[in-house]
Amino acid sequence: MNLLEARGVTKTFGTLTALSDVDLLVGQREFHGLIGPNGSGKSTLLKCIAGAEVATRGSIALGGRDITSATVPERSRAGLSLKFQITAVLAELSVYDNVLLALQAQESMLGLMLSRSRRALHERVMHLLSRFQLESRRDELAGVLSHGQQQWLEIATALAREPKLLLLDEPTAGMSPQERRATGELLLPIKDNCSLLIVEHDLDFIKDICDSLTVLDQGQVVASGPTLQVQNSDRVREAYLSHA
Amino acid sequence: MLPRPSPNGRRVLPWIELGLLAVALVLPLFLDDFWVLFSTRVLILGLMALSFDLVWGYAGILSFGQALFFGMAGYCTALLATKLEITSVFVLIPAAALVGLIVALVVAAIVILGKRQPSVVFVALGTLTGSYVVERLARGWSYVGGQNGISSLPRLTAAGHEISEGPVFYYMALVLLVLVYAGLRLLVRSQFGLVLAGIRQRENRIAFFGYKTQNYKGIVFSLAGLISGLAGVLYAFHEGFVGPGQLGPVLSTQVVLYALFGGVGTLIGPIVGTGLIDLLGFYFSHLWNTGWPIILGLLLLAIVMFRPNGLLGFFVSDRERVGSFGRPSENPQAVIAGRKTAERVVP
Repeated sequence: MNLLEARGVTKTFGTLTALSDVDLLVGQREFHGLIGPNGSGKSTLLKCIAGAEVATRGSIALGGRDITSATVPERSRAGLSLKFQITAVLAELSVYDNVLLALQAQESMLGLMLSRSRRALHERVMHLLSRFQLESRRDELAGVLSHGQQQWLEIATALAREPKLLLLDEPTAGMSPQERRATGELLLPIKDNCSLLIVEHDLDFIKDICDSLTVLDQGQVVASGPTLQVQNSDRVREAYLSHA
Repeated sequence: MLPRPSPNGRRVLPWIELGLLAVALVLPLFLDDFWVLFSTRVLILGLMALSFDLVWGYAGILSFGQALFFGMAGYCTALLATKLEITSVFVLIPAAALVGLIVALVVAAIVILGKRQPSVVFVALGTLTGSYVVERLARGWSYVGGQNGISSLPRLTAAGHEISEGPVFYYMALVLLVLVYAGLRLLVRSQFGLVLAGIRQRENRIAFFGYKTQNYKGIVFSLAGLISGLAGVLYAFHEGFVGPGQLGPVLSTQVVLYALFGGVGTLIGPIVGTGLIDLLGFYFSHLWNTGWPIILGLLLLAIVMFRPNGLLGFFVSDRERVGSFGRPSENPQAVIAGRKTAERVVP
């Protein structure tokens, strides 16, 4: 069974149709890339899946559960996690507290008032910080991190809740080639527990880590399937070349 | 025990808090009756300003309706005292807290709780309107005294003894303020406080972590209503009077100014702001009665424009104001054991 099943997703903004009858399937422990020219509807589709936008028509199911009309927190609790396109770390909080905040989201309100899990979560916070090479900067404010480190911090917080599906919107935007390589290496180990749906303009990065691709153009699916098959598709080349 | 320094410097807030507490404890010993009454009023209005700091400084809810909870609690307890002759603090104070809490819950249900996040402006206007409407209702309702309110309230009692205005009332207000302050300090530095800090900065982001942010805001708003209710009963029985002005937008706005002047998001700032504005107001209104509001307005404008963190912003860094919420373990064995656990659950 597919982990994510988006069927016939359509999104309109007034007279503009951003997505038209889009189908998207992501399997268990699959890394799926979503590519297409600027304005093709990639980020809108990701937002519809995450709940930041409400699809005008169509259905979205996660793990067999219909989440089409679920709120953002409900989708998060169902196992969805999102990293925004624009970096959205909590700049006034320390790096440590950013991760703690994400990790403690499953605690009850009373438990949070009594700070019951603060000590118990410490080791998990440190483990995540260590994985994303942020351990030494844990006491610094998140806002002073470099752009690449802020992206890593966001991925760390998105992973903190052990999602079934992680949605990443351009995670390597603005990164140096070294940081991009490191980001790919940081993402690969999550495959044992988590699927990934990633929007990215860097096709080399996408080809390196994704098992399958969906290509969007003008709000419609141009091609979908295994990475090698899709990248050799004439329709895909045409879609990209026509916008080049 | 000495306060621990923050990672990037010394902590100032605990010293300010301890210093002010020490001063407050001995103040009545050195003041005449008038200034004890004045100081008691500052403590009570400071308690109300604290409630505004909780909602705006910590949860990002701009409430212009704190007087609604303050006045409703004052009116309800005044009615209990005059109609049913209940004057015990052990009944009236919990009753006022309950009234403040319930009224705030009702307002929260209208302006905060919902599927979509309400904007700051919507909440500000909603609470302001609520405060205005209830004030107008009170002015026109003869059962609660109309324009005149309810006057000649009996004194509060504790175990059959009257609590007269003066040092005894002062210390009662101080004890209540310190208890509320200590409770709020624990709350805003708890893991719950971390959620509030997240909501204040990026509410949308926090929702993507799975937090139902409106519920958190609703709880904080209701708690602030409870605190305003406590201040309301103290004020009514300290002054011996409750009137429509204690419900309306003027008092609500005055409390906002206290907090902005002293420094929001610090807890102690609004109390300092209350004391300083009332003190300056007292002296300047004697010197230049008609011009004083202009001076006050310019002073507040300058603070808001040039020092948005208020007077406390001169002494307290942003880092200390926001604070840290983690509690690193010093036990290396615990870290290693925890990492093994974490490796099993975090990929």
